[in-house]
Amino acid sequence: MPIQYYIYLCLALFSIGIVGVLTRRNAIIVFMCIELMLNAVNLLLVAFSKVHNTMALAGDKTSMAGIEAQLFVFFIMVVAAAEVSVGLAIIVMMYRNVHSVDINFLNRLKN
Amino acid sequence: MSITQFLFYFLTVLALFSAVMVVVSKNPVHSVLWLIAVFFAISGHYILLNAQFLAIVNIIVYAGAIMVLFLFVIMLMNLNASTEPQKNNWLKLAGIIAGGCFLMVLVSLVKQANELNNIAVTMGTGEIGLIKNLGKALFNDFVVPFEISSVLFLSAMVGAVVIGKKA
Repeated sequence: MPIQYYIYLCLALFSIGIVGVLTRRNAIIVFMCIELMLNAVNLLLVAFSKVHNTMALAGDKTSMAGIEAQLFVFFIMVVAAAEVSVGLAIIVMMYRNVHSVDINFLNRLKN
Repeated sequence: MSITQFLFYFLTVLALFSAVMVVVSKNPVHSVLWLIAVFFAISGHYILLNAQFLAIVNIIVYAGAIMVLFLFVIMLMNLNASTEPQKNNWLKLAGIIAGGCFLMVLVSLVKQANELNNIAVTMGTGEIGLIKNLGKALFNDFVVPFEISSVLFLSAMVGAVVIGKKA
């Protein structure tokens, strides 16, 4: 598969995530769209790590080049899991205070 | 068309369709279920790229743990479609146009990048995605970030408990 196909797929997923963040007012759906964007980036990192590895294998048959990208993806997943736990706790606390998950309520943070 | 090409197109269509359904679903529970479909499609792409470890971790961590957390929160809150506030239609249109412009700019950028021509992703081969090699790299070269991430998890857990506690 040409690398462009993967780039287009990831760009489309990322843009769908952006549209979701911009058009929805439910805080949980906005949060899910952010997860979608993180996953698009992960897929692109893995695709490029494969390309890097294939190019390195042409010179060195046992090359492990490109393994760093897959570990970066692993660490991104770790950070995303921590982020989700804290973010959902914040959403639950907001719901407990105002009985809604409307993000427009957060406007009043600016005063 | 070979079987891997067919699987690539199938998983791509599945991922994009499910992602659109995540955004347009009225019911948050349906959004979560469509997002799980997206994660399975992305895991399929990882398997096609021979990144088995990441495929399994994606299913266990994302589709398993994180999405169950989302479902729990949605069900605790008793949300349904009729009570959800909607943005007005002009704001929605503006959001769609903004996202479409972003996509258009980046696609035209990639189309003009001649350096990317003739670069192909080889599917179903390669050793770097296997658990054995990833484990060696993780515990030799990346030990310090790995340990730091455990501290991050501890602080996230403490933070979630402190925030969620009834003050």
